[in-house]
Amino acid sequence: MRFQLTEDQKALRAGMRELLERRFGREALRAAVDAPGRLDRELWRALGDAGFFALRLPEADGGVGLGLPEAVLAFEEAGRALLPGPLAATHLAAGAVPGAATGETVVAAVDGELVEWLEAADVVRGQASGAVALRSLDPLTPLHRTPAAGATGTGTQDPVAVLLTAAEQLGTAVRVGELAVQHARNRTQFGQPIGAFQAVKHLCADLLVRTETARVAVYAAAVTADPADIAAARLLADEAAVQGARDCLQVHGGMGFTWEADVHLHLKRAWVRARRGGGSTESEELLAARLVA
Amino acid sequence: MDLSYTPEEEDFRARLRDWLAKALPTLPAKPSPADWPGRRAYDLGWQRMLYDAGYADVHWDASPTTRLIFLEETERAGAPYVGANFVGLLHAGPTVAAEGTAEQRARWLPPILRGEEVWCQGFSEPGAGSDLAALRTRAWRDGDDYVVSGSKIWTSHAEVADWCELLVRTDPDVPKHKGITWLAMPMDADGITVRPLRTLAGSAEFAEVFLDEVRVPAGNRVGAENDGWRVTMVTLSFERGTAFVGEVVACRRVLAELARAARENGCWDDPVLRRRLGRLEAEFRALWRLTQWNVSEAEANGGVPGAGGSVFKLRYSHARQELYDTAADVLGPAALDLDRPWVLDRLSALSYTIAAGTSQIQRNIVAERILGLPKGR
Repeated sequence: MRFQLTEDQKALRAGMRELLERRFGREALRAAVDAPGRLDRELWRALGDAGFFALRLPEADGGVGLGLPEAVLAFEEAGRALLPGPLAATHLAAGAVPGAATGETVVAAVDGELVEWLEAADVVRGQASGAVALRSLDPLTPLHRTPAAGATGTGTQDPVAVLLTAAEQLGTAVRVGELAVQHARNRTQFGQPIGAFQAVKHLCADLLVRTETARVAVYAAAVTADPADIAAARLLADEAAVQGARDCLQVHGGMGFTWEADVHLHLKRAWVRARRGGGSTESEELLAARLVA
Repeated sequence: MDLSYTPEEEDFRARLRDWLAKALPTLPAKPSPADWPGRRAYDLGWQRMLYDAGYADVHWDASPTTRLIFLEETERAGAPYVGANFVGLLHAGPTVAAEGTAEQRARWLPPILRGEEVWCQGFSEPGAGSDLAALRTRAWRDGDDYVVSGSKIWTSHAEVADWCELLVRTDPDVPKHKGITWLAMPMDADGITVRPLRTLAGSAEFAEVFLDEVRVPAGNRVGAENDGWRVTMVTLSFERGTAFVGEVVACRRVLAELARAARENGCWDDPVLRRRLGRLEAEFRALWRLTQWNVSEAEANGGVPGAGGSVFKLRYSHARQELYDTAADVLGPAALDLDRPWVLDRLSALSYTIAAGTSQIQRNIVAERILGLPKGR
């Protein structure tokens, strides 16, 4: 048993982080916030070139031929960078929708009653007729709501989509942890860094504990692909991302409540992702059923 | 990332499983929790069986993964836990093995492995719990002996121990971490008084130990004089390493039992309770993965447990309390009946966020040693 990243996996994660820092740094992030609803097609193609969408497609079909663990590492980095766009929907369409694998085609998917990035997409999978635009809580994720009568409700989500979303949540938890610790080290009050105060220290410690617990759950689910492991991973990753972002906001104090701080963007995206795939109810019920199976 | 085991590891698992199936039915009846001499005999007897079968030193010599398999399989089979051998096998033994002289290893290690001697831990004091280095029990050098006076508290197994791993202050005039020495004290020496402490669970799980000019031979010192803090840190990293593996397996079994009980008494139909059980299942699956991750990391680092132990301990001790609180909701009014299963476990789980470093101390460790936040108030 070697439940640690291989050298290749570490290199893949580092490469993805480097690409995203170069192509989607803080300036690009804030520019995206100022131009809501617009998807950066050039960046999308760059992701395609880097193999982000074709990662799990067999080499014979023009893909990279890697597995779920590698996809999870790439999605963790996308989450850490707060990369916008229907990432999982396009990734899952690689091989099925022409151009998805290379990033030429942007693919959105109906998930329950919600569709992300409907207008920016070239192809929409699922029944989206009559969908109405919402004023989206997350400035980086345009949302439509499908008519309730046509909605499939819960129970239809592909477990792989749930796992990739959990990986993005893990990335968010990692990033807000970095932001919180950075602020706790630099911000001084009462003559010392606020990170020296136990109350702040413990917020940061709890943030890390939730992140590392979510990390092993997400990675293990990527190895086993067991639906119960995936359900567990999503519950822990949702918790790590949402509570982590809230704690990060708290550590930032008044600054955390401003539009200029990035914390709210992470929290809002975490809330959007937590709604995907039937939300936590479905995962909790699946795990409960497994207990008595 | 790989969660599969090597053929050698699978072979170890299969042989152990076979042996457990044959050995466990030959065990005597389990003594009552209040019967300390009975518990000592039972736990030492089990250790002797492990010794005769070649499994006694699995905590010391085996690879972390082999140890993980051992703890997983013994718990699954319902085998006894280390019990009274805990300090010997998981604290004092590894410390003597790492820091002791050849003579000390030859004197103390074989009796621990053969199930002949029980150790207890003399670390905490009434005035030095979480602030362990503030301990005040004094030791003076007098000829070939140290003379020790002071008191210790929360000493598990003190009533039936042969040896105590004792921290004493040998130099009061230097910073508190620097004047501490690690001694192996024979529990039958003159001047030792053991007074059992009754816990909130009603049982006497640990004791106060009073030391009145107890003479300990200088040859019983492990490590250099005044170097005891460093020696102790070696011990504590073992404590937070794999100490809880068997318990995580046990908690997962309890959770499945809880779900079955909930189905039988109808509270399974309550979606709030059902979802809570589902969330606990997610929690304990993750804790098992965290264990595997930490063990793999230790294996990669030459067997040394990393700081991940604090992450695990924090999360696990709270999850265990949540598990038994949920059990109380499944039990309903029976949760107030001490004769029902899980009720005493709920009480004893209260110690998990305190023992072996409180959750608050663990958070400080995570914040300062992993996240690099400054020390402060």
